[in-house]
This record gives sequence, C-alpha cells and structure tokens, in this order.
Amino acid sequence: MISGILIFNQKGENLIFRSYRQDCRPRLADVFRIQVISNPAVRSPILTLGSTTFSHVKHENIYLVAVTKSNANAALIFEVLGKLVALGRSYFGKFDEEAVKDNFVCVYELLEEIIDFGYPQNTETDTLKMYITTEGVHSSGTRSIEDSSRITMQATGALSWRKPDIRYRKNEAFVDVIEDVNLLMSAGGTVLRADVSGQIIMRAYLSGMPDCKFGLNDRLLLDPASLAQGGPAVGNTAGAKATKAAAGSVTLEDCQFHQCVQLGKFQNDRIISFVPPDGEFELMRYRATENVNLPFKVHAIVNEVGRSKVEYSIAVKSNYGSKLFATNVVIRVPTPLNTAKTTERVSQGKARYEPEHNNIVWKIPRFSGQSEFVLSAEASLSAMTTQKAWSRPPLSLAFSLLMFTSSGLLVRYLKVFEKGNYGSVKWVRYMTRAGSYEIRF
Amino acid sequence: MAVNRIKASFAQPRKGETFELRAGLVSQYAYERKEAIQKTIMSMTLGKDVSALFPDVLKNIATGDLDQKKLVYLYLMNYAKSHPDLCILAVNTFVQDSEDPNPLVRALAIRTMGCIRVEKMVDYMEEPLRKTLRDESPYVRKTAAICVAKLFDLNSALCLENGFLETLQELMGDPNPMVVANAVTALAEISEAAPETRALQITPTSLKKMLMALNECTEWGRVTILSTLADHKAADVTEAEHICERVSPQFQHVNPSVVLAAVKVVFLHMRYIKPETARSYLKKMAPPLVTLVASPAEVQYVALRNIDLLLQKQPDILSKELRVFFCKYNDPSYIKFEKLEIMVRIANDKNVDQLLAELKEYALEVDMDIVKRAVKAIGQVAIKIESATERCVNTLLELINTKVNYVVQEAIVVIKDIFRKYPGYEGIIPDLCKCIEELDEPSARGSLIWIVGEYAEKISNAGDILTGFVEGFMEEFTQTQLQILTAVVKFFLKKPQLPQSQALVQKIFQSATAENDNPDVRDRAYVYWRLLSSNPQIAQNVVLSDKPPITTTIQSLPAPLLERLLTELSTLASVYHKPPESFLGQGRYGADTLQKAAIEEQMQNARENPLAAAAAAAAVSGAPPNPQANAENLLDIDFDGAAPASAQKEPGGGMSGLEGLAGTPQRIQSPVAANGPSRPPASMGGMDDLMGLSNGNSGGGGGGNNNMLGGSGGGGGLEELMGGGAPQTNGSASMGGMSDSDILGGFAAMDVNPSQQQQQQSTTTGDGQGVKKSTNQDLLDLF
Repeated sequence: MISGILIFNQKGENLIFRSYRQDCRPRLADVFRIQVISNPAVRSPILTLGSTTFSHVKHENIYLVAVTKSNANAALIFEVLGKLVALGRSYFGKFDEEAVKDNFVCVYELLEEIIDFGYPQNTETDTLKMYITTEGVHSSGTRSIEDSSRITMQATGALSWRKPDIRYRKNEAFVDVIEDVNLLMSAGGTVLRADVSGQIIMRAYLSGMPDCKFGLNDRLLLDPASLAQGGPAVGNTAGAKATKAAAGSVTLEDCQFHQCVQLGKFQNDRIISFVPPDGEFELMRYRATENVNLPFKVHAIVNEVGRSKVEYSIAVKSNYGSKLFATNVVIRVPTPLNTAKTTERVSQGKARYEPEHNNIVWKIPRFSGQSEFVLSAEASLSAMTTQKAWSRPPLSLAFSLLMFTSSGLLVRYLKVFEKGNYGSVKWVRYMTRAGSYEIRF
Repeated sequence: MAVNRIKASFAQPRKGETFELRAGLVSQYAYERKEAIQKTIMSMTLGKDVSALFPDVLKNIATGDLDQKKLVYLYLMNYAKSHPDLCILAVNTFVQDSEDPNPLVRALAIRTMGCIRVEKMVDYMEEPLRKTLRDESPYVRKTAAICVAKLFDLNSALCLENGFLETLQELMGDPNPMVVANAVTALAEISEAAPETRALQITPTSLKKMLMALNECTEWGRVTILSTLADHKAADVTEAEHICERVSPQFQHVNPSVVLAAVKVVFLHMRYIKPETARSYLKKMAPPLVTLVASPAEVQYVALRNIDLLLQKQPDILSKELRVFFCKYNDPSYIKFEKLEIMVRIANDKNVDQLLAELKEYALEVDMDIVKRAVKAIGQVAIKIESATERCVNTLLELINTKVNYVVQEAIVVIKDIFRKYPGYEGIIPDLCKCIEELDEPSARGSLIWIVGEYAEKISNAGDILTGFVEGFMEEFTQTQLQILTAVVKFFLKKPQLPQSQALVQKIFQSATAENDNPDVRDRAYVYWRLLSSNPQIAQNVVLSDKPPITTTIQSLPAPLLERLLTELSTLASVYHKPPESFLGQGRYGADTLQKAAIEEQMQNARENPLAAAAAAAAVSGAPPNPQANAENLLDIDFDGAAPASAQKEPGGGMSGLEGLAGTPQRIQSPVAANGPSRPPASMGGMDDLMGLSNGNSGGGGGGNNNMLGGSGGGGGLEELMGGGAPQTNGSASMGGMSDSDILGGFAAMDVNPSQQQQQQSTTTGDGQGVKKSTNQDLLDLF
C-alpha cells in the first residue's frame, strides 16, 4: 500500500505532497530531496532508508515519488506512477513542472480519486474525465444527481469502460495495426535480435452495446481451426492486398489485451471477443519473433584513421515492395565526442551534423521500395589531452512505413453483433515503425 | 489569472501571507474564497505551516462546489491532528454529506472521515459508515469498504464491536466486482495488522466469488485479488488446479503488475498439481515474462529481479529467450547489471556462443562497471558450461591482449576461478605473467600470485616473479600479503632444493613476522613456519593438498530464503532479494530478527564493498551496537502532530543528525571497519557517530586510528611471546635479528600505519563527504 505520492521538480522543490496514510510525514520530502535528487549517483529507482521506501520515476523534468512503509508491491507502485503520468498527459497535454504548477488543484483531485488509503482505485482516463475536469468551475448544482449516479455506476460497473446509451448515425470501426520493429545487428552483420512489438488500436464508433469478434492470421488459431471455420467475413480487404506477407500465418509470441477482452475465451479457443469502449483505445499488444521482415538493411563501414579522423560509408537498402514507400526515414550516425567538423555526401536526402547529440543525422523524407542510398562522411577530430577510446554507440534508424507489417500479421475479420442488427463499416490500416532499430559497427 | 497568482505564490512568499490568506478565506465573494483555499493548499504543499488558518478554512466546508469541498477536505486531513477540537465543527457537514443524494458526495464524505485521525471523530463515524456500507451505489460501498480498514487502524475495538468486519465479509459476495476487490483489500489489511481477528478467511464460496470478480474488476482490483489468492493455501489438488486454470488467462493482461501477480499465484499453486500440467503452465508463463522486459525501465527492473528469482527455482523456463536480455545501448546501468546476471543464468550449451559474442561486446565498452561485470560473466559461463570453457578462456585472453587495465585485472581474477575448476589451461600462464606490472587491485594481484604459487613447478621463472613480490611485500595490501606468503610456501615445498626458494621463504617469514603489524599475516606466517620446521612432509600434505573444486561462481540465494522470496514475488522484498523484515524495522518484529537481518545485509554489503567486510565481522561478534537499527528507529519516530509547527521547534542539530543517520547507516560503520577483528569497545562506535556528525570524516578517521594503534601494540606483545618459541627450532641466527627487528617492527608499524590509514581514509572520505554534505544541507534547510 502506498503511504503517499510526492512530486518534485528538478531542483528538489516539492510540488505535490499527498499522503494517504499518517506515516507519510512532510519531513520525508526533505529526505528524498537529499538522498535522491541532490545525490548524483542514483543507481536504482528504489531506495529504502530505515523502513521507508522511495520508489521514483522521472518524467520530463519532474520526479514522481511513491512513499511506502511496508513490503509493498513494487510492480504495482511503478505502474500506478506510470498511470499517473499517462493521466497527466491526457489531461494537460504534457506532464511537466509547468503543467503540475498550473493545475495543482486538478492533480490533487486526481490523486484523491485514483488512490484511497494507499490502494489504487480507478485509473481509467475516460471515466475520470467524466467527473474531474481541468476547468474546475462545475459545481454539483449544474450537474444533475442522476448524472453523478450514472458516473459512479460506470466507474464501478462490470463494463466500466462503456456507457450504455451511445448512438451513431453511421456505425464505423477503424483498426490500426501498428508495429514497432526492434533490431540489433552486430558489426559483422548478423542479426542478434529481431522482434516486433505490435499494437492494435481501434477507434470504435458503434451504437449500443456491440459484441465484437476479431480474427487475425494467428497460427495457433488458424492451424487447428481453419478448416472448421467457414469463410471469414472480412470487413474491408484494403490492407490484405498490400501486404506481401499475407501468404502465411503468424506466430504470436505473446498477446496482451485491453481489459474489455474476455481473457478466458481467448485462453480456451483463441477468440478475441469484446465489447469495445467508445472511441479510441488500444485493443491489444503482441510480440512476434519469428520470420521478422526487416524493412531496411544497413551496411556500415566505419574506419578510425589515426587519431584525427573517422571515415564513414553507410549504405541503406530498402527491402519491401517497390510500390510502397517509407516516410521520415532518419538515420543517426554517431560520431566521437571530440568531433570538430564533418563533411558528408549523400545520394538522397539531407545529412547534417548535430554536435549536441554527437550525431550525423541523415534524413530521407521518402524512401521507395527496392532502392539503395549511400552516405559517405568524414569526421575530423580535435586533439584531446586524454585519449579515451570511443565507445562506438550503435547506429540507429527511425522510419514509418504504411501498409506493411514486419511480422506479416493480418486482420482477417472483425464481426460486430448488436441487438439493433445494424450494418457497420470497418477499416483496417497497417503501419510499421522503427522501435529500437540499431546496428553496431 | 488565478493561475498567475498561484505561480506568484510559488515564486516568493510575501510578508503577511497568512494574513492575506485569512482575508481571502473569509471574503464575501465565493471566487475569492476558493482562490484563497487553493493558495492555502499550495503553501501547505511547500511545507509552510498554514495550520493557523484552520478555523477560517473550516468555515468554507459547507459548499455546493465539489472542487472546493475536496480542497477543504484535503486541508482538514492534513491538519486535523493539530486542531482536534475544531474538527468536531466539521462533523455535522460530514454526516450531512454522507446522506447527500449525490453518490460522489457521499463517497467523498466517508472517504475523508476515515482519513481524519482524531479520536473524537471516531464516535461520529459509526453511523455514516454503517449506512454507506449498505449504500445502493456500488461506488459508495467500495469507498466505505476501504473506510472500515481506516477505522480499524484507528480504533480496532470499535470496529469489532460494531460488526464491521462481518459486513465486510458479506461484501465479498457483493454483485459488484470492485466492491468485492475493495472488501478483500480491507480484510487483507486488517488481518495483516491483527492476525488474531482472522478477518480474511477464504472459503470455497468466497473463493468462487473472488475468481468471478477477477475477470471483471479493474486492474488494481485484480492485483489485490491475485495477491490474496497467492497467500491462500489451496485445500486440495482440485482447488489448486482450479485456481491455476482461472488465473492463467491473466497472463495476457496489459498491466505488468497484474501479470506478475498472476505469475505468482500460478507459481505458488503449481507445486500441488500434476507435474505435466505444471510444466504446461511454466511454458505459458515464459512469453508474458519476456514481454515484461519491454516495459519502462522501472517496471522492467522489478520484473528482471523477479525473473532472476524465478530462474533460480526453475532454471530452464527462459532458456530460449536469451536474446531478449541483450542490453540496449541506452539501458540504465541497473538494468544492464540485472540483464547480465539473467543471461548467465539462462546460458546453456546451445546459446553459449551467442552469449559469449555479446559479452565480449560489452567487455569492450567504455563503462568500467559494465566491462568488469561482463568479464566476470564470461568466467561464470566458463565454469557453468564445461564445453564452452575453452572458448571462454580464448575470449578472456583476447581481452587481456587489449591491455586495458581494468579489463586485464578482472580477467585475471576470473581466470583464477577457471583454474580452480578445470586444470589443463596452464599453457596460458606465461601470457598472464606478462601483465604483472599492470595489476594494481589487490584481488587481481592476489589472483595472479595464487596462480604462480599453485603452478610454481610449471612456471620457469616463478622464483623471479615471487622475488619481485617478496621485495615489495610491505607495500602490499593485507589480502595480497597473505597470498604472497602462501605462494612462497607452496613454491618452497614444490622446489625445496632450489637455493632461491630457501632464501625466499626465509625472507618472507622474516618480513611477515617481524616487520608486519597485521596479526592475521603474522599468525599465518607462524603457522607455516612451525609447520615447515616440524615436518616438511606434513607441511606438503597440508599446503599442497587437493583443493575442493568449485562448482559455480554464480551467486544464488540459499534455498530457504529463495522459497521465502518466491512467496513475496513482485514486492519490494523480491526486488531486494531480502526478507521483508530486513528492511522494515517495525515494532512487531523481534530484535533478534532485526539483528539477524542486519548481519545478513552486512554480508551482502561485504560482497559488494570489501571495506565493509570487516564491519560485518564486527557485527557478527556482536560488539558494536548496530547503527542501522538505530537509524531505523529514528526514522520511525512518530513526531506526533505532524504539523510543521511542531517540527520546527525541534532542535536543529538533532534533526540534522537524524537525517544523516537515516541515510547513511553503513557509511557510519566505516570507521569501525578499520578496526577489523580487534573488537572496539561499544562506546567507541557511538562516539564516532557523534563526531561524524560534527566534523565529517576526520572524527571517524581519528577513532579508527586510535584503535589501530592499540591493536598493533597488543599484537606486538603477542609477537614477543611467540618470537620466544620460534627461534628454538629455527637456529639462533635469526634470533638476534628478531629482537632487533622487534623494536624496528614497532617503528615500522608506526610508519606503515599512516599510509594504510590514509588509504582507508581516502575511501571513507567519499562516503564521509556525503554525510557531511547532507548534514550541512539539512542545517541550511532548517534555518
């Protein structure tokens, strides 16, 4: 159980102090400031002094600290702090010192509502937004009592994420499959680690209490059951043609679902069945490690010539259909800390040296499929009194690529069942982004 | 506009602020009053004492504005203790609010009432609580359920009298899942605080209810229910199977804490069910655990520490997932360390090549800590997997050839361990001996000397190498001195006829017994001396006997502790890998437990920090009072009436002392550490503490120094006694020398002492400065 939540700025000023139990005394704020904030050698996010434990998370320019006095659930504490950050961002745009100072009343209100006596209660943004607002000018007079009753029903109900009386003229559902490819490639060009962490974001604008069933080309589902099941009713096949990997099925290493998904059903017969919240939400997250299609191949040659120069020759090749194109491709090529100046030549896009990050940043706004571009650069180094070896951080890529999934995942169907029996339109979109796409050299 | 004013109040306090606030609080305009309340809360947060405004804030309690009400309640909760009498004025509003038609207001009232910890308030709580527990709105009921726990904490007798516990137990069957979850939470808290109430009894019915609620309630409710299920001991196999079956879908939850809680439940109940079913659950558990590694750093850290525990119990669950634990370039170092440990744990024949390549990569990085640990990990892998030893040794040799000082040192320490397990790599010894000059850490020097002594017969120039060390004997660390001593004796026993070895052994005994002031070194030298002079054959049997081979260098927790920690998965105990009582010094734990825990902690420290090793020894001997215990108690002292007003009246020095102590339990012990086994009087430690507070490290260092000298004096006496015995067997040639060097030894001790002291001091200085700084800071803060 959490004894108190504290928020500090970087200077160690206490911005928010909310104690949930009497053992969280104001003096503890000083202890934290001295022991963590003004102590540059902080090693771990958890610090126990005496029997008081401080668990902290740093976000933007503030510290969020949970004080506990017992053998509390550490994972839960960090999750609560993470949720608090998420809430703050969704309420104030961003959650930093400025936002906390400007909205401290609202922050206190949120803290009051999400935790009671040290036990987290409800952290659903949508529900909280119904009765805690940033304007702070409403009073119970302007809101009818039935309204409040409804809110509280929803905050505690079995379907705490959905209001019962939603009506849309046009029933639509948008599904975005967004994949982050993580790659770690060794200097020798072998793939050390390649995996995909994907998320499926859904925007549901559906009336009533729709019961949705959702199908993917998940191997576990397909192999035993594909024969038994009839032709899948695919809502919209726009994405299917575009994805090359459509041929096979995909092995999902692990999936995690929004709380609206009935986990028991998934466990037993791999059916994703749910009543969606209204509007946008993250339906599921998944991880795939087999047969990852890497959209880009990078070939990097970096030579340190003596102590005064580093030569780069970086070739990037796209490895997807020629009709597709990636946007916002950014390649960051690390340079030694004592780089004095650089010269770079590129066959496409623009390259620039960013001394503050010790990077040569090569930007290619549009990178079409099956093509290859080259950067050759030279960094001249200034002489240093202490010759310390250069740590050679990995080269990293960022990009986003539409209508392509690295894992080969496809949405096979999305069925909506509702009492009203209305027709609905469904849209599917695929996108692959770079997660941590790193190449050592 | 309001925002600007609030900002201004952050920037600088003006004079007469309290006055202004009071004027605002009693203003006739509602908006001014509200603004003043906000400012008051702001000042409260900044740690200013605004308790004087209590009556004025209280006047604003009866308002229709929910926001304002919340703020007033917040203020009340903070300052109720300083004005217990005035709180009664608020009671009426609370009671009224608890019957308000708006469920939000009802819940707010009952929630706040529980947080006002004033005895008089308790009497008025009874009725509203009873009503709200039966409220039609589940939102109010779930809030009331928690309130029972608050009341129990405040006045358990009243809580029992009114039968609130029974009501809570009924609420476990509530149709609303959140009410169930909160009822479970409250009952769990009550039964932890007072086990004799037996508040939380899991019957088949309530188990069913909980499993039903599990699928419907919020993520936090799930964690509560899962934790309760984990503590529950299944009645029979069927029940355990049922629990596992119902809980395992939660592996797919998006919230890591739910996943960990579910893993815990299944892991603990798994041992009662059929092994094949259990295995399938283990398989199911792996992917979610791996997914946790992708969470934000802090959660990831908790997850990694827990995975480490799980792996110690079930080493093969993640054997295919090695790559997931590869360090990212920008992982914080505490995560990298954990990942390294886990990688070594899951290393096997199949993935060892991959792992070695990766470890080598880390060993060539710039960050010294990571490099050292990576080298160490290579050694651990070599000892764990026999088939990979050769590759590991080759990798280590490559690393030694980089000639980077700290890499070489760590590699030598690691190779020594490999030698202890696998003979047959003596071929690389010449390579090792080449880097003798670069070693400056005692453990690295010690390791190399050990190797030289152990394989003296195979090293052609062993005698020359040892001669070099013997000549510089007095400048070495104690640890290294002991190694030199042993190595020379080994060398002598292996090649007794060499004149060089005879000369060496004479010389080393001379310097170790006569010139050295360390009783350990001296004692060991005498033991060897006697042994050699009585019967060389026996000496050979003793010194050159086969050593028990080591099986692993991977640190593992002792089995009982591991079992204990598995029941604490995902809690702080699992993060620290220590039983909870070791860091929770609460009253209900006995002093013995605390002492035991402290000793264990010292051992842990000793492993990380050699300086503290001696402190651990001192702690075991029970001589000094454990400052840690003091520190805990001091931090736990309840400054009743937590209002800053009372805190400010505390004498400044005392306060700062507390802070210093609290933050630096083992740092304060470091002067004691210098004493080693010489058993300082208990009061000494206390004095050090006091001095440490007033003038930082110099006091502590001085204390250590005194003892050091005392210790050497005592040792000198001992030496004379023993010196009398020794020469009899050893010829009179050395006798004259002995008595001379005895006096010289006294001076030598004086000479050496400061240099050692310096070293110790320099190591303590870093820590000491920390103490000093924080103390100063505190003083500044206070005045």
